[in-house]
Amino acid sequence: MTVANPLELEPGLQPQGWLRYLSFSLDHKVIGIQYLVCGFLFYLIGGALAGVIRTELASPMSDFVGRDTYNEVLTLHGTIMIFLWIVPVVNGAFGNYLIPFYVGARDMAFPRLNAVAFWLIPPAGLLLISSYFLAGAASQSGWTAYPPLSLTTPAAGQVVWILSVLLLGGSSIFGGINFIATVLKLRRPGLKLMQLPMFCWAMLGTSILVVLATPVLAGTLVMLSFDIIAHTGFFNPSLGGNVVVYQHLFWFYSHPAVYIMVLPAFGLVSEILPVHARKPLFGYTTMVYSIMAIVVLGLVVWAHHMFTSGTPPWMRLFFTIATSFIAVPTGIKFFNWLATLWGGKIALNSAVLFSCAFIFNFVFGGITGVALAQVPFDIHVHDTYFVVGHFHYIVYGGSVFVIFASLYHWYPKFTGRLLNEDLGRLHFVLTFIGFNLCFAPQHWLGLNGMPRRVAEYDPSFTTWNQVSSVGALLMAISTLPLLINVVLTAFRGAVAGDNPWNALTPEWLTSSPPPVENWIGEAPLVTEPYAYGEHPGGFDLERISGRDLWSSGKS
Amino acid sequence: MDTSLQPVATGLPANEEHGHPDFRLFGLATFLVADGMTFAGFFAAYLTFRAVNPLPEGAIYELELLLPTINTVLLLVSSFTFHRAGTACRCGRMQTSRRWLLLSVALGIAFLAGQMVEYFSLPFGLTDNLFASTFYALTGFHGLHVTLGVICILVVWFQARPGGSISQDSHFGLEAAELYWHFVDGIWVILYGILYLL
Repeated sequence: MTVANPLELEPGLQPQGWLRYLSFSLDHKVIGIQYLVCGFLFYLIGGALAGVIRTELASPMSDFVGRDTYNEVLTLHGTIMIFLWIVPVVNGAFGNYLIPFYVGARDMAFPRLNAVAFWLIPPAGLLLISSYFLAGAASQSGWTAYPPLSLTTPAAGQVVWILSVLLLGGSSIFGGINFIATVLKLRRPGLKLMQLPMFCWAMLGTSILVVLATPVLAGTLVMLSFDIIAHTGFFNPSLGGNVVVYQHLFWFYSHPAVYIMVLPAFGLVSEILPVHARKPLFGYTTMVYSIMAIVVLGLVVWAHHMFTSGTPPWMRLFFTIATSFIAVPTGIKFFNWLATLWGGKIALNSAVLFSCAFIFNFVFGGITGVALAQVPFDIHVHDTYFVVGHFHYIVYGGSVFVIFASLYHWYPKFTGRLLNEDLGRLHFVLTFIGFNLCFAPQHWLGLNGMPRRVAEYDPSFTTWNQVSSVGALLMAISTLPLLINVVLTAFRGAVAGDNPWNALTPEWLTSSPPPVENWIGEAPLVTEPYAYGEHPGGFDLERISGRDLWSSGKS
Repeated sequence: MDTSLQPVATGLPANEEHGHPDFRLFGLATFLVADGMTFAGFFAAYLTFRAVNPLPEGAIYELELLLPTINTVLLLVSSFTFHRAGTACRCGRMQTSRRWLLLSVALGIAFLAGQMVEYFSLPFGLTDNLFASTFYALTGFHGLHVTLGVICILVVWFQARPGGSISQDSHFGLEAAELYWHFVDGIWVILYGILYLL
């Protein structure tokens, strides 16, 4: 396949070279990389804040930072990691880069809206962080901003926090509208919905959740800001308001937000595993229905976050049952991934290692999730470190591991060069050990009653907290091999060729990096994106192994 | 009569900037679903407050019905007039279309004026009690939508002038404004039902 020169295609319309990544580019690939790099920078900031938290918690006394500062740090950590790292990267970065390829289009349905959605993010992020320095104090009420806490902590920081989250929510909604229109309306003629790669379904489901749930959060935060600025009493009990209504509205968005963070990760893993196991994705149809079932169920389980908020018994019963049901579609997906790997010629490269670790972590987080859905257990561990451990197994062990897996898998597509495997495996080992060391002990701490979001704790918890802090240190160190790897290979990495993994999905059927409008000539019609080992023009499973493909791509 | 030369009809919508049919109306409809969810959140909050939060003794929450009912009729009629404007535009009668647009603007402004009169005649302010706060938040957020709608119709009216960017063959702006206006009307009907009648 010939490497296209983008300059020949669209002379002078847009900035070329690295400058276009700082421009209001309309190219979905540029926007995808913008999301990825911007998100990663915020990940480093959020990670540094996590470092502050774990340093503080290495000893039972509040000695490293002040108590108020600790509250600001944990609020910023949560907000940055959710709204500026995971949501923009799993949706914005990989969604924008891959979806147009998968539907056989030359760009997203609304390229300008797409660029606007991205460029809302850096100002919103800077606004959020600047509140620590400029507004006197950043928000201190956690990423949930529950009243009355958010009404009594310093107002300026809280209002800036609300403003920033509103901007990020708007960006997310614009992105969601774009993905829905692209997947449903922009498909290449002849490409049926049930022939799309699984990531398209994941993004469709995610975007439905974004469009239905995010506006409710926006409205709620506007009401909260009225309570702060205009002294209305929506959520202020002393003025006749009701704090539980805030919790309902907040979790109506924020429980689906977990699926907004993890459904795209499901989709990405479903793309990575078949390629490196040289087998078709197992159970395509059940995967599609599972995603849609998670979307529907995800909208009706929110009150399981509120079992201690005076929730009436019928509500507890309903939300326990609905939440437990989610284990069914999730379990279907889990077994489908295992069956995809089963008997495959698995290439154990970094992308697969991170994907397999994702399956491991996610199952663990899923099991604690089912446990948390049960009212008697939840009341015991509510607001303890058990919840913190569970949550991080889902969003870090789930989504962030998949982000790293996807980076190793698609970096050759982004740059035309392969990431170094030795550094990649070092990155994997450090991340996997550090992550489990950091978050597994937190379950034990929570079961024993250590409350979350408090800078001080009972000295009997010291040992496991120090183990957890050592894990966090390992996670911080694990970022170094990744950074070195990306910087080194960007200039000196092994040339990947157009399709180093011999993959069949459409993004690999063009040059690496792809030309401006994705394909020279007509877009290919890929109706069987996972036909490994059975396609006439594909590969013979008996004769070739994934490891062979990996080393042939390396040379 | 418009006698200028028209491009040959291709069967596809006029805007093909990126080599595919025009999906902007689909995108707007998706956005309106999102916008509707914002209102749904407000409605849910209002209904819950009503059900579980008793108001303090002596709080006034009886509303005058006459003015809002007139306002409801005004908005419903404006939906009809906007629909006529759209039909006229699609048939190529741009002058008629513009007259219907102006009538819709007038009805929209009359609605806003009515809303203002109601605000100034009400015996409670924004922070008086929970009902008052929710009342002003709901009607205010809707009024913001009406204001934006009136501005949109004025822009469309301007663009539909002879030689303007909206014509019989290219009228996305008009259709978008029409869809939005019907949406705002529909929301008002629900709002009127739960705020004034319930």
